[in-house]
Amino acid sequence: MLDAKIPAGPLDQKWTKYKGTVKLVNPANKRKLEIIVVGTGLAGASAAASLGELGYKVKAFCFQDSPRRAHSIAAQGGINAAKNYQNDGDSVYRLFYDTIKGGDYRAREANVHRLAEVSTNIIDQCVAQGVPFAREYGGLLSNRSFGGTQVQRTFYAAGQTGQQLLIGAYQALERQVALGNVKMYTRHEMLDVVTIDGKARGIIARDLVSGQLERHFGHAVLLCSGGYGNVFYLSTNAMGSNVTAAWKAHKKGAAFANPCFTQIHPTCIPVTGDHQSKLTLMSESLRNDGRIWVPKKQGDNRKPGDIPEDERDYYLERRYPAFGNLVPRDVASRAAKERCDAGYGVGSSKQAVYLDYAAAIERYGKTEAGKRGLGSASHDEIIAMGKEVVKEKYGNLFDMYEKITGENPYEMPMRIYPAVHYTMGGLWVDYELMTTVPGLYALGEANFSDHGANRLGASALMQGLADGYFVIPYTVGNYLADEIRTANIPTDHPAFVEAEKAVADRIAKLKGINGKQTVESFHKRLGKIMWDKCGMARNKEGLEWAIQEIRKLKAEFWSDVRVPGEINEMNPELDKANRVADFIELGELMCLDALQREESCGGHFREEHQTEDGEALRHDDKFMYVSAWELNGESNWTLHKEELNYEVVKPSQRSYK
Amino acid sequence: MEHTTINIKLKVWKQANTQSKGYFESYDVPGISTEMSFLEMFDVLNERLIAEGKEPIAFDHDCREGICGMCSMYINGKPHGPWEGTTTCQLHMRAFKDGDIIVVEPWRAAAFPVIKDLMVDRGAFDRIIQAGGYISVNTGNAVDGNALPIEKEKADNAFAAAACIGCGACVAACKNSSAMLFVSAKVSHLALLPQGAPERKQRVMNMIAQMDKEGFGACTNTGACEAACPKEISITNIARLNAEYLSASLTTA
Repeated sequence: MLDAKIPAGPLDQKWTKYKGTVKLVNPANKRKLEIIVVGTGLAGASAAASLGELGYKVKAFCFQDSPRRAHSIAAQGGINAAKNYQNDGDSVYRLFYDTIKGGDYRAREANVHRLAEVSTNIIDQCVAQGVPFAREYGGLLSNRSFGGTQVQRTFYAAGQTGQQLLIGAYQALERQVALGNVKMYTRHEMLDVVTIDGKARGIIARDLVSGQLERHFGHAVLLCSGGYGNVFYLSTNAMGSNVTAAWKAHKKGAAFANPCFTQIHPTCIPVTGDHQSKLTLMSESLRNDGRIWVPKKQGDNRKPGDIPEDERDYYLERRYPAFGNLVPRDVASRAAKERCDAGYGVGSSKQAVYLDYAAAIERYGKTEAGKRGLGSASHDEIIAMGKEVVKEKYGNLFDMYEKITGENPYEMPMRIYPAVHYTMGGLWVDYELMTTVPGLYALGEANFSDHGANRLGASALMQGLADGYFVIPYTVGNYLADEIRTANIPTDHPAFVEAEKAVADRIAKLKGINGKQTVESFHKRLGKIMWDKCGMARNKEGLEWAIQEIRKLKAEFWSDVRVPGEINEMNPELDKANRVADFIELGELMCLDALQREESCGGHFREEHQTEDGEALRHDDKFMYVSAWELNGESNWTLHKEELNYEVVKPSQRSYK
Repeated sequence: MEHTTINIKLKVWKQANTQSKGYFESYDVPGISTEMSFLEMFDVLNERLIAEGKEPIAFDHDCREGICGMCSMYINGKPHGPWEGTTTCQLHMRAFKDGDIIVVEPWRAAAFPVIKDLMVDRGAFDRIIQAGGYISVNTGNAVDGNALPIEKEKADNAFAAAACIGCGACVAACKNSSAMLFVSAKVSHLALLPQGAPERKQRVMNMIAQMDKEGFGACTNTGACEAACPKEISITNIARLNAEYLSASLTTA
């Protein structure tokens, strides 16, 4: 079932050779071929724009009121590229190697190498579009460090890099809309994939304003619908981020790969109460300058400022001297959990650690005093100057922290705790980004391909844009070249009629239950099961319990959920019910995958499998593969394995010490 | 941060759809923690309404971290409420006190028709971008990023303008429902950068023409837009837009 279609030849020549020999579609034929793009984040907007530019007829869909709102917009820290502008030893190979190692040797070499190769083109493309990256006084592009690497390869636009990159892709997309190459459907949600003779041929979408179902034909369908972190209810994802498009594809035969690989981001604002609707990330870039610590004494209730230096435990610097505060996300998150579980947590919940800027403020203040020739500046003056520098670098993040917590991070350390942030798992795709359903592709976070068991910071933006701008324009042509004789299939074809009826029936069923409990309450309960048993640490007993609980929850949902309002109107509760029903099914698969993978790797930490000092313990002899799950029926999956062959990198135990 | 619990009263605009007539509905909302965000307070209320068999209030929201631009509530006569430089989703209940009556309306502008309750249609903004809010460069044509050095100051100013989140608060704040701050932010972002130079004149003309076509009002320089902008986009962008427009109209046939 799984053929990754990795081109033959040496790793660093695969993509060049592929591009040079791939089938092409002539311009006259492109005009006749229709492509559906679901989702308009970095992957979707860049794909829709690029394919429109090539002359294909594109239809793009997003559930938000504008393509510019997609959740890529919230990415803060930056985007990696192997430019080596800093002359600090970076190269395509190093970016490739760091990504493979960061992913704990569970990613496919060929895809990751391609990603590293095209990373440099992304920066060039974005600059040409007018993306206002941070610059040095000489007018050249600025870089900063990110976790899991020892070079400075991250390009950024203050703490709003995702916003600026997405606006760049959005503008390119709107230009194609104006030129008539792309037709945009906003406030539309994809609710099924239509397959005819085994190939993806279109989608069923719901106009969220009128509630009407629509049939759309396409010679190919691209899912760029993001990740599924909201299965945990609380995450850094947007409220609307959902798995529905990917899950419908799974139900129509697309294998779902490594669903249990989720990323828990170490630096988020802690939960304050039951009312909490989402969690807010504080960019990883803050770990460049901030120092993470907890008191050395358990249950220390003193204010952070009253705890002297020698009574603080800078546990990341202690445990990982080589990388210090810049260890990868999975390592940093587990270390925070370990300290809090052991009773060293801070704040009223004791589920938090400090991220402290005092040292950085002083250091920057001294540098600034030196620059301005103020050798005799007082301590207060130095601190004031240091605060200015920190404000320029991280001001928007500090402001956000203050708005949410009511505390001033310039005066006291921030309290942070890990939160669900990203999902490395997703639809299984081959080298061409095609799922196991011919003609159905998955791009960006929606696929599983590049990050293995743990994603490095500033790599999600890179992957989304690589897939959309530089990979799919070549690979989709290889499929469509054989489709030029396929005339548009009328949407009164029985497959469309049937798919639409199934969607309508499900909506009617949801609405008709008329039970007592709200959609939100089910989502919260699912999230709690997932976070407790399939979160930062997992074990056999807990996962088996979780699977049973999720099955019970599913039965309860389908017999007691209450969906107010009408079907044929704007009805956000109905939209949410559709999504939560899919999250419940996904939750079961995630637990099943976590249970089956009896090893620890990256974000997947099985308590039974750890080294003596508590690090993740992989079992390469048994689990050096991608788990791709095929759905057979309710709660019934078959596991297919894609063996990972490391031809260039030699897997070893990851060490950041 | 210390938190307390407050009881408030909401007066919220309800409207079934674009065609129907709207009205204010009052709700008592007791037991609200001051740690909650404004939208979490709405979540709590909606959960209660659904449990009571009533219709929840429809409102737009997504990222809830102040960057997507989707949330859009007109709170006590101010777009996004009382805090400066803050979107509705980042406004917290700390801003209110026990016993407050809070009036919540949708953006009011002819170019932003109400879809339901507090949701409006801001498609006009997308169409203004379609008219020219981009640099015409196809994928794959770019030179090396560092081949084009850009003065830091210019890059920083372009970034400051590009920080616009397209929420529409500027339009909602303006007595004329003008979209000048939104348009000027995009025109400035692209005019300040050398990459934007080739299409500079045509861009400003086309975007302004589309803005007028969408039914946004004229700018009379009251500055209400700048005061309401959650991203603190400066009104100096409007001056730049006017200069760009004037220069383009004098030199294009």
